[in-house]
Amino acid sequence: MTTSTDHYYVPEPSRWPLIGAASVFTFLFGTVLWMNAWGAGPWIMLVGLGLLAYLFRGWFGDVISENLSGSYNGQVDQSFRQGMFWFITSEVFFFITFFGCLYYLRNITLPYLGGEGYLGTSNILWEGFTYSWPPLQVPDASNYTVAKEAMGPAGLPLWNTIILLSSGGTLTWAHWGLKKDNNRQLVLGLAATIALGVVFFILQAYEYGHAYAEMDLTLNSGIYGSTFYMLTGFHGFHVTVGTIMLMVILARAMKRHFSEHNHFAFEAVAWYWHFVDVVWIALYIFVYWL
Amino acid sequence: MSTEAIHDDHHDHAPSGIGRWLFSTNHKDIGTMYLIFSLAMLFLGGASAMLLRAELFTPGLQLLDPDTYNNLLTNHALLMVFGVVMPAAAGMANWMIPLMIGAPDMALPRLNNLSFWLLPFAAIMLMISMAAPYFPGGGTPINTGWTLYPPLSIQVGMGMDFAIFTLHILGISSILAAINIVTTIVNMRAPGMTWFKLPLFVWAWMLTGLLLIMIMPVLAGGVTMLLFDRHFGTAFFDAAGGGDPVLFQHLFWFFGHPEVYVLLLPSIGVLGMVVPTFSRKPLFAYKPLVYSMMMLTALGMVVWAHHQYTVGMSQAVTTYFMIGTILISIPVGYMLFSFIFTMWRGAMTFETPMLFAVAIILMFSFAGVTGVMLAVVPADLQYHDTYFVVAHFHYALIPGALFGLYAGVFYWLPKWTGHMYDERLGKIFFWWTTISFNLTFFVQHFSGLAGMPRRIIDYSPVFAEFNMISSIGAFAFGLSHLLFLWIIIKTIRGGDKAADKPWDGAQVGTPGLEWTLPSPPPFHSFSTPPLVK
Amino acid sequence: MSKRGLGWLNGLVTSVFAGGVMADWEINLPEPVSPVTREIFDLHMLTAGVALVIMIIVTAVIMYSLWKHRKSAGFEADQHFHESGFGKWAWVFVPVVVLGIDLSIAGKAAKVFDLVEDTTKPELTLKVIGSQWKWTYEYLEDDIRLVANLNRDIPETDPLYLRDTDHRVILPVDTRIRFLHTATDVLHAWWVPALAYKKDSIPGYINETWSIIEKEGVYRGQCAEICGTGHAFMPIVIEAVSKEKYAAWVQDKKLAAAAALVEASADKVWSKDDLMARGQEVYAGNCLACHQAEGQGVPPVFPALKGGLITTGEIAGHIDIVLNGKPGTAMAAWAAQLNDLEIAAVVTYERNAWGNDTGDVVQPADIKAARK
Ligand code: HEA
Ligand code: HEA
Ligand code: HEC
Ligand code: CUA
Ligand SMILES: [Cu+2]
Repeated sequence: MTTSTDHYYVPEPSRWPLIGAASVFTFLFGTVLWMNAWGAGPWIMLVGLGLLAYLFRGWFGDVISENLSGSYNGQVDQSFRQGMFWFITSEVFFFITFFGCLYYLRNITLPYLGGEGYLGTSNILWEGFTYSWPPLQVPDASNYTVAKEAMGPAGLPLWNTIILLSSGGTLTWAHWGLKKDNNRQLVLGLAATIALGVVFFILQAYEYGHAYAEMDLTLNSGIYGSTFYMLTGFHGFHVTVGTIMLMVILARAMKRHFSEHNHFAFEAVAWYWHFVDVVWIALYIFVYWL
Repeated sequence: MSTEAIHDDHHDHAPSGIGRWLFSTNHKDIGTMYLIFSLAMLFLGGASAMLLRAELFTPGLQLLDPDTYNNLLTNHALLMVFGVVMPAAAGMANWMIPLMIGAPDMALPRLNNLSFWLLPFAAIMLMISMAAPYFPGGGTPINTGWTLYPPLSIQVGMGMDFAIFTLHILGISSILAAINIVTTIVNMRAPGMTWFKLPLFVWAWMLTGLLLIMIMPVLAGGVTMLLFDRHFGTAFFDAAGGGDPVLFQHLFWFFGHPEVYVLLLPSIGVLGMVVPTFSRKPLFAYKPLVYSMMMLTALGMVVWAHHQYTVGMSQAVTTYFMIGTILISIPVGYMLFSFIFTMWRGAMTFETPMLFAVAIILMFSFAGVTGVMLAVVPADLQYHDTYFVVAHFHYALIPGALFGLYAGVFYWLPKWTGHMYDERLGKIFFWWTTISFNLTFFVQHFSGLAGMPRRIIDYSPVFAEFNMISSIGAFAFGLSHLLFLWIIIKTIRGGDKAADKPWDGAQVGTPGLEWTLPSPPPFHSFSTPPLVK
Repeated sequence: MSKRGLGWLNGLVTSVFAGGVMADWEINLPEPVSPVTREIFDLHMLTAGVALVIMIIVTAVIMYSLWKHRKSAGFEADQHFHESGFGKWAWVFVPVVVLGIDLSIAGKAAKVFDLVEDTTKPELTLKVIGSQWKWTYEYLEDDIRLVANLNRDIPETDPLYLRDTDHRVILPVDTRIRFLHTATDVLHAWWVPALAYKKDSIPGYINETWSIIEKEGVYRGQCAEICGTGHAFMPIVIEAVSKEKYAAWVQDKKLAAAAALVEASADKVWSKDDLMARGQEVYAGNCLACHQAEGQGVPPVFPALKGGLITTGEIAGHIDIVLNGKPGTAMAAWAAQLNDLEIAAVVTYERNAWGNDTGDVVQPADIKAARK
């Protein structure tokens, strides 16, 4: 009955949602303790993370086996697709927030502090501060370490752009393979994408290290450091998540889970990865370049 | 419409035991849990409001100290907005949307349960945030109000971190619920259930869902930045490092203003069901009504800074926000007029849901016109942060959101429980709440104009009379909710058997498929989709 | 609803707005005494009037319909109403009417807003600084500084309870005054409804408002943006005086300030009693709001200074926290706000009052040294 494809598949009761809610709670609870320097914090965070990993494994495991047993009809597949689409939409707004902040701070309020624009009078509170971007000066440096130089577009960031863009290419190549039912091409394409993602991650980590050690560009360098790390950091977080998802997909591809007609999981991850790509391009333009 | 495809017996026994609830994948059970959760939170959020009003009964410090007052205030608002109105509306969406559009369940049933179970955990975390400051090392209580403006929120102790994560959890829950609802509406409509046959409630939730998907991430981003400023040395909201405290306000209100329509729209949807039924006449101008809801959604996204007229935005920007805000009276006015013209030349009867509907139209119009007064920049420079604003938004929130949900509860209780509620008690409840509500909040317009700022624990005797009236009203209003609770319990326990199509079968126009099912509907309602027309 | 009923409602509401019915209950914005606030007041009355008319119409239509079109009176639903001319065209008609009302309100508002935004050509500039929980005023042209705290000696039953301060802001009438708003710690908002609308006081930024006070008198207001524990306790009192009186006041203030400066910078060694007496004043004016009259504080938020580790420990540590404050808490750096004498006095006071009895005496010279 449940496998009949003219019935929309409504799953049996499942314990994962409850576990999911509990693990999110545990992790965040631990985080608060950690941030306030309570010894138990990191341990509770670890428990939460463990629970989360267990959860994802279990929940997605269930979904995968239901899928493989043919419980899902086309309408269920549509639900998954649309769900993923709306999820990415919400992610878009998440990044719009951060880009909006960058715009606002850089083009509206920092000039005020430097004596330009509508609230330019504010400058009398910060004698000697002038507006420039990237700001290698903050209005009052007593609580901040000021960056010595700005992060330019050449060098590593440019390499990273090339890497991420080509990872989009390899992923599309993998998709072509899938469509042609060529599993070898699919697996190779995925592996290449993952490799590029990892290289990106390493370069990014190296860049952060360089910024901290040599440029004094840190989270604590006033508004420049704040926006720089917020935008690149959240993007980097998305790359990490995306790479993990790609690894899962690779493992599944090697088990030949996907067919020409049934590969929602692959496409969801691909959309996500392309989204992360596009965000990077915007980042490259607005954070490193302009 | 077809009624035969209701269920096959094989499918109809519900899972038993506590697991039925904890692990549920059934939209009705999850809807019920949402509604119960919301009712519990109403008493918590209401109890904090009662404490606030008790403190404000006369000048002088009686019960609370200033920080505890502000902590309760913050929690009152967060509980009411995120714990009461949104979950109740989501509960109704869960219950009704699949029934209305002829779907077997929500599109993503497990995700649905996750959206729900995040809420109790968020509530626990909110309680921790409230209690943490009273333990050693907890620091200052959250004394910022629900808007959490920095730099004050940076001074607050670790309670603020818990509150920030509470908002994260609530945000995840809302986004997931919204994704699910939107997907359900787009993908799960029965054959023939075209967009313009959808009951208004479904449309309202479609747009609410879209709003949530767009705004919750912004709130999450904003409070995350707050967290970084508090703990990791960033300077987003600190001028000394080149940041700006006002940036947080933009982020908060980019979320906050659409949020008020998130609270409003589901209730408008309920009115779109209730008014035609008891007027025995289809909804007036259904299509334009839907378009005006779309216009409200779009306009609502771009007028947020009317909460910040006093922060110093340039004249051009401020004027833009003023005009945008005032224009919102067009779609909202159109909706209310549609309801009025639905009643016009109808054949009205006044059961409890209809009484609420009529009262909502009147009192929410009032909230709207005071909203337009607030939208006028120069005047708002006087009204801002006074009790005039408090009066405006309780008129908007209680009739506009809470009463709409009450109307929905009374309207659908027969469908949910299979029993009619006690009409006499329902009417008593209606008059009791409506009168005491107005007593509480009407006078606040005047104390605000006379110069009483909001969020103060203590005030000068020049404002004493208004506050005393307001507190008396509030206690009466609070007590009325015990009756509400009793009516619901009584209905669940028994009462006249409800017909499949109660209310004289007067649901006309676009009533939805829920009335083709028995009351209460079987555990699985439409395993194969019915065909519409 | 009958005509008489409408008239009655109209009468009641207008008189409520006009303040006629209940003589001693303030129920509307106070009488404006400045051109800007007057324009705002008129705008407020206009929008309130529009609001009232709309409510009357909506109420009347609904009431009529409820009465006429009820089923119990045997009314049959008119299923063809939406096909009538009105039904077909309502979607144009309603929005157009509402748009018309909207635009006329917005047009009038934009004009008033032009006036509000015009902060040019001031004759007097007053910088208003909000801090937890007091107001500091700087008369920029005359170099006068004034700190106003809540007057705590007024009983709860007095109408001035929470509406009076220890020092009044003196301002001249008929003078174009520009207010610059800022804050030292968190957001505040300076609001005196009769003469100055509000703009937020934002740390690190400066907002501007203006006013011309047309009538001598005392005007009151209070902080209108939540600023923590003491938000309810930071009132504003302005005394508007004639230009001559104002000039005299400025003269006095300047002389007094000059004398205080000489006093503070003279390398004089002060007696403990003098320091204690002054310290008490400084304490009451600056520290009492948080640390309380008996130095007991409000734990856990504001530490007790009575028997505190710092106030009875090393002198250097004590001076340091008063000079530099503690970032991330409400404890401000006082270095810029108090002179050497004042800091020396308040530290001496704190170390000897409330049974702290350390016997230490701190001299202005010590503070000068500690400032580096
Ligand atoms: C359900 C919630 C809800 C709703 C629907 C609204 C609706 C509106 N609100 Fe309100 N509002 C709040 C909840 C809500 N609000 C809250 C919670 C706050 C305070 C938050 C805080 O600070 O804590 C607030 C604060 C607030 C402010 C900020 C005040 C301040 O802090 O200084 C403003 C200013 O513009 C405003 C305006 C409006 C307007 C123009 C509408 C419009 O949508 C109203 C439109 C409706 C009508 C106009 C009535 C019907 C129309 C007619 C009958 C046609 C004819 C009418 C005219 C021509 C005028 N609101
Ligand atoms: C949907 C949202 C919602 C709802 C329903 C309410 C409901 C109520 N609100 Fe609230 N309120 C807000 C949203 C809401 N509020 C927001 C957003 C703010 C701004 C916060 C801020 O400034 O940051 C606010 C602020 C606010 C203030 C301003 C305080 C200040 O600025 O200092 C006041 C004061 O009167 C108040 C009162 C009330 C009262 C009396 C109710 C009543 O309707 C509550 C009635 C319900 C009950 C009472 C519960 C049930 C009954 C019992 C618990 C039984 C026991 C009864 C007795 C003992 C009598 N609210
Ligand atoms: C707005 C509130 C506020 C005001 C006004 C204020 N303080 Fe404080 N003060 C604090 C807070 C908060 C702390 C605790 C800082 C911390 O967490 O260590 C503090 C700490 C102190 C301490 C250290 C006490 C201890 O044992 O840790 C001293 C001494 C002190 N203040 C002196 C003063 C003096 C002198 C003044 C006035 C000139 C003053 N304070 C005004 C809020 C205030
Ligand atoms: Cu200062 Cu409120
Ligand atoms: Cu708003």
